[in-house]
Amino acid sequence: MFSQQLINAVSLGSVYALFALGFTLIFGVLGVINLAHGAVFMLGSYIALLLVEQFSLPILPALLLAMVVSGLFAVLIDLLVLRPLRARNAPHLAPMIATIGVAILVTNIMQGLLGAEVKRFPVGTLPDESLGFGDLHITALQIGIVVISLLLMAGLWVMMKRTQLGRSLRAIAESPKAAALLGIPVESLFYFTSFLAGALGGAAGVLVGLSFNAISPFMGQPMLHKGIAVIILGGMGDIRGALIGGIFLGFAEVFSVAYISSDFRDAVAFGFLFLILLIKPSGLFGKILERKA
Amino acid sequence: MLKISGLYKNFGGLEILRNVGLTVKEGSITGLIGPNGAGKTTVFNCITGLVTPTKGEITLGSNDLLAVEPHQVTQLGVARTFQNIRVFKDMTLLENVMVGMHDRLEYSPASLLMSLPGFRREENQAVQEAYELLKWFRLEKKSTQLASSLSYGEQRRLEFARALATNPKLLLLDEPVAGMNGVEKTELMTELNNIRDRGVTIFLIEHDMRFVMGLCDQITVLNFGEVIAQGTPIEIKQNPLVIEAYLGSDEGVDA
Amino acid sequence: MFESWDGFWSTYSALIFGVGINAMLALSIALTLSCGLLSLANAAFMGIGAYAAATATVQFQLPFELALLLGIIFPVIVALIIGVPTLRLSGVYLAMATLGFGEVVRVIILNIDFIGGPMGLNGIPNLTNFWHILLSLLLVIFILWRMRQSKVGRAFEAIREDEIAARLMGVNVTRYKLIAFTVGAGIAGLAGGLNAHYTYTIGPNNYAFENAVEILTMAVFGGANSLLGPILGGTILTLLPEVLRGLKDYRLAVNGLVLIFVVLYLPNGIWNANRFKVWQAKRALKRNVHGGGDA
Repeated sequence: MFSQQLINAVSLGSVYALFALGFTLIFGVLGVINLAHGAVFMLGSYIALLLVEQFSLPILPALLLAMVVSGLFAVLIDLLVLRPLRARNAPHLAPMIATIGVAILVTNIMQGLLGAEVKRFPVGTLPDESLGFGDLHITALQIGIVVISLLLMAGLWVMMKRTQLGRSLRAIAESPKAAALLGIPVESLFYFTSFLAGALGGAAGVLVGLSFNAISPFMGQPMLHKGIAVIILGGMGDIRGALIGGIFLGFAEVFSVAYISSDFRDAVAFGFLFLILLIKPSGLFGKILERKA
Repeated sequence: MLKISGLYKNFGGLEILRNVGLTVKEGSITGLIGPNGAGKTTVFNCITGLVTPTKGEITLGSNDLLAVEPHQVTQLGVARTFQNIRVFKDMTLLENVMVGMHDRLEYSPASLLMSLPGFRREENQAVQEAYELLKWFRLEKKSTQLASSLSYGEQRRLEFARALATNPKLLLLDEPVAGMNGVEKTELMTELNNIRDRGVTIFLIEHDMRFVMGLCDQITVLNFGEVIAQGTPIEIKQNPLVIEAYLGSDEGVDA
Repeated sequence: MFESWDGFWSTYSALIFGVGINAMLALSIALTLSCGLLSLANAAFMGIGAYAAATATVQFQLPFELALLLGIIFPVIVALIIGVPTLRLSGVYLAMATLGFGEVVRVIILNIDFIGGPMGLNGIPNLTNFWHILLSLLLVIFILWRMRQSKVGRAFEAIREDEIAARLMGVNVTRYKLIAFTVGAGIAGLAGGLNAHYTYTIGPNNYAFENAVEILTMAVFGGANSLLGPILGGTILTLLPEVLRGLKDYRLAVNGLVLIFVVLYLPNGIWNANRFKVWQAKRALKRNVHGGGDA
């Protein structure tokens, strides 16, 4: 039913946007395409699961904690892998290949440690209620997803536009060298951005894990593909782009599954990616891929 | 030979170039000077196609340079060096120069695969020519070394050799003497005159006034993206607008 | 003696074939890396080639050589379709476009029952023998070697080091990236076709992202800027898992570790071809320039 699909689309799109946001932050500020973002997403999900299952935490605190841990993990990746590459001005393929390595490493260690079976959040993690309007059902989860995503995105937006911190980040995004000359602590802000991006990615992971009630070590990979499609759709390094691109992809997927076929769901993202590359590679909000040193 | 007219470039709300027009006569050595940030490199970028102007025309002889891709601009006979050196560090000097000949080497895929006489002839000739060019810039002793092992000044000379390998009609030099000492600068002046005598027109950006005044036949002065003067070195030196532009910045006219 | 050779062969032939196939695959991705491109689609290209060749022999009873040829042509066509729009953009776009490509191919294959769908394609005749693989590998090495010895190889390297400078030297960067990408696809397809004909059955999950990463690891580990590097990388990383059988689940994790380690500490791989260059340049000089031998 159309309006039901609409709700599903908004809910799914919000999570895509959240994930893409973290991804685009790292690209915008650090200038790097972090292909380990999917692994961070996956970790967030497992951490929340662990907290809920082993420590009986309610879902909201679990989400927050998962975000913090994911953020820290992302900082670790930056410290161990990205920073050395930055320091010696490595060619742009190097961080991509290295982060692929991180993603594979983390994914397979998780698989080795926890097994490949799909895990679920225990029954009762989420409140059962849902709002009903006639045939329409909006679950508490969906409301939660949209609200949380919006809150996080709004918070990010405010920070970027209204605070000194945000201004510094935007300056770095323009040109790290110039920002350093202005006295901005570029390196520390790189860590901060990684933390932020990781937290957002982890949050997306928890929400997706709840949404589909499925957590697996391999959930990061398809999400990464979609994240890439989203940021190319929306324009790389652009926050609005991540938001709109995410929602758009949510809609595209939900409606193609509902009205065309579910077989091709995972290919929808790639299809749009390819289309955009053909027509307008700079995406909706036209940010160029290269940036000044 | 090179004609620029009505060139505008806007970028993010800033007008970087404003109605820039100039001509570079064939066989001349023409200078482009102006305080920092005047837009000189942007003009070069427009000529070579790295930047698309907002408005304007750039022609080389009868060819519209704005209608073609950057590599085609080179194929039409425009070569360029950079402010910050961009040699290929992991390649030998010979290879660096031979890349410059890329477009001129012609052999079919079949010839390439089977190492037919045509292929070998082209490649051998290329090696010889490359060596000659390196000799011209006194780099031939290091021709088999990797470019990363060269000193700064040597890398600069390599860039010149490489640019000349494209067999250009017009050579764009972006701050060719930056970081050089007096002796090297004098040597370069001689080399550039030799290059000009071989039929290559030279258009250069520089801050070193003595160098520019001593070498160029014609000078164009740019300030805040606009052309404020064009003429011979003597005319430029005496031009009040030019003096004002330079007194307004940290550089003196008699550097 | 006769007995033990047969015994040896039946146990290890698959492994030896695997080394040859992986060497080809590593070379295919090294070709694109040598041009500054990261293509994660080579496993998918291998799959396309495998399916094309296998379908040709199984469904159409075409001769093996023709099947292999189709196994090269199909991936090349697909590479052109993807490459033409994306390669005029920065190489990073190609990396991102090819990241999800394997998934798309998998989804498409899953839905075509004619070639087996989710069950995979079975009953592929055992047509590949040692000479097929050896000759194919030698052919690939030969072609890549010739390319490197010409302006094509210099153009690739120039593009890899500094795309803009290469452009300004008159190199048509987009065209050369396309050459690297499509030839790489063809080589991967050939490897796929050969591989399909000694493994009896192929499925859509054989050519997934993990496989693309394995190929990448081999090339990066061995050293993507040479011919010997990828071959070494392919050989070592094919034989190593046999030695490390005990690691089981963590085998793939090792790939990840290798990638990280190599990028951070051995950016040129274990075989650095730069020293070769100097020697080659000296030879070229001696051949062509009088008195050039003292350089």
